[in-house]
Amino acid sequence: MNRVTLDLWVGIFVASGIIALLFLGLKVGNLAAANNSETYLLLARFDNIGGLKVRGAVKAAGVVVGRVADIHLDSESYLAVVTMKINKRYQFPRDTFATINTSGLLGEQYVGLDVGGDPTMLKEGEMVTKTQSAVVLEKLIGQFLFGKAAEAGAAAKK
Amino acid sequence: MREHLINLGHVVSDAVWRVGFASRFFVMLIVYSGTALRRLHLTIREIYFSGVLSLLIIMVSGLFVGMVLGLQGYDTLERYGSSEALGVLVALSLVRELGPVVAALLFASRAGSAITAEIGLMKATEQLSAMEMMAVNPIARVVAPRFWAGVVSMPLLAALFSAMGIFGGYLVGVRLIGVDAGSFWSQMQASVDFREDILNGVIKSVVFGALISWIAVFEGYDAEPTAEGVSGATTRTVVTSSLVILAADFVLTAFMFRGT
Repeated sequence: MNRVTLDLWVGIFVASGIIALLFLGLKVGNLAAANNSETYLLLARFDNIGGLKVRGAVKAAGVVVGRVADIHLDSESYLAVVTMKINKRYQFPRDTFATINTSGLLGEQYVGLDVGGDPTMLKEGEMVTKTQSAVVLEKLIGQFLFGKAAEAGAAAKK
Repeated sequence: MREHLINLGHVVSDAVWRVGFASRFFVMLIVYSGTALRRLHLTIREIYFSGVLSLLIIMVSGLFVGMVLGLQGYDTLERYGSSEALGVLVALSLVRELGPVVAALLFASRAGSAITAEIGLMKATEQLSAMEMMAVNPIARVVAPRFWAGVVSMPLLAALFSAMGIFGGYLVGVRLIGVDAGSFWSQMQASVDFREDILNGVIKSVVFGALISWIAVFEGYDAEPTAEGVSGATTRTVVTSSLVILAADFVLTAFMFRGT
């Protein structure tokens, strides 16, 4: 085999390998979404974050507007502090409400932003003050059982 | 009794000596790599033999592995009513594990064995000694280009394997079974991270490429210069590199994907 054909084949091989990598990066991975947009950080304090994880979605009206960048425990207030990376395209009013929701019954948890009506927008590094924690199933069941027991007790007294 | 102890000692010291020789050989290989990179056409020739000629087997196996993943994954996910997560399952398992590992196993048996046999036969027919007589360093001329060709080819082949696998999963999942194409791709994009998943997969495949090529050229260079010796060395290349790949994969995975 002469050198030109050989070089041609190696060129094809390397090019197709790079195309495969690009395919993985752009179509399979989130490279396109992560790099084409600038982001800003928002913070939110929650009593309980449930099963929220770093890289979880942040959604407003069901649309993914950002990702959870960091989660840590504030050692003074013992509240969970969630840092969210939000796409610069989306601005949220100061009285936005942050909740932790679950997608589907067994799905992963995400931060939902319910937009308020304040004319001033949240800026880089600011805190979302109104939050609602994740629903913990055990607590819910516990409340239900206590409620039932109290009802039964009241019924028995009569 | 004494004889057994002597045998045991011989086996152990022999193994230690071989590991030492292999390490020294690796250092020599790196030291003399300058020629392989300066005279690039030597390396390009070897990329043709180990990379381009492995394309067919890698791409076809990738396609089938992805198709099987699509079938099996759908079967399991369907039970939990989350068949839309099929894309995530196929993409993550291919990009993180199956792509680099299976492509490396195929590469070891397709290209590694060929490299060992070639170098071993060169040694058996005294071509390597002839080169030394002509003041040509066989490590720089023969060994280093083959090593670097393997290091370059392996990540490209693994990426092709993963891409073909995901395409196969798409064919079976979306086209054949009828999972929604939109959620197949969007859930995949939402949970596959470029740095965390894809780049780690590429790092794995580069490491595997270096390990396979090192073992292959070493076994060839170290082979007994007889027909029997070359055949034994070829078998050892495939067995050793398969085991080393699987062990190295465990170590790399433990470091890369621990927790989180």
